[in-house]
Amino acid sequence: MTSIGTGYDLSASTYSPDGRIFQVEYANKTVENSGTVIGLRVKDGIILAVEKLVHSKLLVPESNRRILTVDRHIGMATSGLLADGRHLANRARDEAYNYREMYRESPPLKEVVQRLGLYVQAYTLYSSVRPFGVSTIFGAVDKTGPALFIVEPSGISYGYHGAAIGKGRQIAKTELEKLKLAELSMREAVFEAARIIHLVHDDSKEKEFQLELSWIGEETKGLHLPVPKDLCEEADRKAREALETFE
Amino acid sequence: MDHFPTSWGRPRTEAYDAYNTFPLHQRPNPGHKDAFAEGVQRTQQPIVTGTSVLGILYKDGIMLVADTLASYGSLARFKSIQRLHPVGSSTVIGASGDMSDFQYLQTLLEELIIEEFAEADKHELGPAEIHEYLSRIMYGRRSKMNPLWNSLLVAGKKDGKRFLAYVDLLGTTYSASTIATGYGAYIALPLLRTAVEGKEDTLTEEEARKILEDAMRVLFYRDARSLDKYQIAIVNDEGVTISEPKKIETEWGFAEGIRGYGAQIQ
Repeated sequence: MTSIGTGYDLSASTYSPDGRIFQVEYANKTVENSGTVIGLRVKDGIILAVEKLVHSKLLVPESNRRILTVDRHIGMATSGLLADGRHLANRARDEAYNYREMYRESPPLKEVVQRLGLYVQAYTLYSSVRPFGVSTIFGAVDKTGPALFIVEPSGISYGYHGAAIGKGRQIAKTELEKLKLAELSMREAVFEAARIIHLVHDDSKEKEFQLELSWIGEETKGLHLPVPKDLCEEADRKAREALETFE
Repeated sequence: MDHFPTSWGRPRTEAYDAYNTFPLHQRPNPGHKDAFAEGVQRTQQPIVTGTSVLGILYKDGIMLVADTLASYGSLARFKSIQRLHPVGSSTVIGASGDMSDFQYLQTLLEELIIEEFAEADKHELGPAEIHEYLSRIMYGRRSKMNPLWNSLLVAGKKDGKRFLAYVDLLGTTYSASTIATGYGAYIALPLLRTAVEGKEDTLTEEEARKILEDAMRVLFYRDARSLDKYQIAIVNDEGVTISEPKKIETEWGFAEGIRGYGAQIQ
């Protein structure tokens, strides 16, 4: 951050002399300070898991959800500014609807993600707007099978087998790399996802957090649904136990 | 004066144009017509149509039945068209009238259901809501003098409550324990009322199925726009199930004995 005060970070429409756009990098910083979000692409489906940091005990449990539904078969989880994530979800719903209206079939995730990438990128071009303060993991089971993507504040998007964003992404990534994602069942993956979220959570530094889990695949007949309460609680409990024996 | 340079120095006849350099320099099209000269065209009649849909209440839920024919006028044009359509997990709709308008309604409902699903708020639209939505669409379109040419039955069961209601191209709605659309309202409805009214809470699935099958057989004998292939939709506590197409058992032996119709020797 030596470049602060040089004047090249005041607008997204100005490059720095070495070719960077600082506003986009600051947007990435917003994401890096937010709760961890991971996505797993396994044999027959997708798991999304979120470490939702709860800043007040007065909040209603399960409010301010970070996992949102785009279409029957498409889910997304955001890390960064919650309100930006909601706006992006609305845009994603519009894009999915437009695809459906044009082609009369359920939209493939790749198509929706590419269109959203264009939208997010447009916010890196003008001095009058601020880039999106979210990275988003998109998951779906479409005609190509399970699909997992990340859209970053720069508008760039990549497909993944396992994805992690937010504060604990580095540890989460190394954990994801240890898994044999292509061989896991959805049920096994739910437990792994819960374990990873608990592992990356820093008890000493952080406030309370809530584990949010959703899945798409054979278990849900291709719908994006929250993981059933009993399974979610079981995964949560097992994850705590695993951590205690680990330490 | 003719302001179009490409028209200058050319014969003035509209029919003969020896100097045309088509497609580079096109003269303004002399055959141009005002797109609105004949006014805006609206639906004045249905084109590809489905005939009656019947619906009854029974002990565990609701049953709808419709044949699989989509007629083009009096021609039996499409013989394997599904006219019963599930909406959400607790509702089914059955349509008679224009099949393209019905397909349009299906896409509207699909959009509605996805919108509600994306809320992920643990609520789902039930039959009452679907029926209200359809009635507003139908009434709105007839008020624009451009109706969707259908009679629809909406059936469902949600939170233990059975629901069966009607809505048509005028936006008219009503609810009853037995409803029939189209020709069925004349031929089948009296039969259904005799068989069902007062027994809505005791009829078993088997009995209800028998009543509808008998009514469909009568309709096939009498309705010249019907087919002997039909599907039954059942909504009960398990949700919506739509059967595979089935044949109606018919008996035509008596036809030989009928006198008084058509050309006969004696």
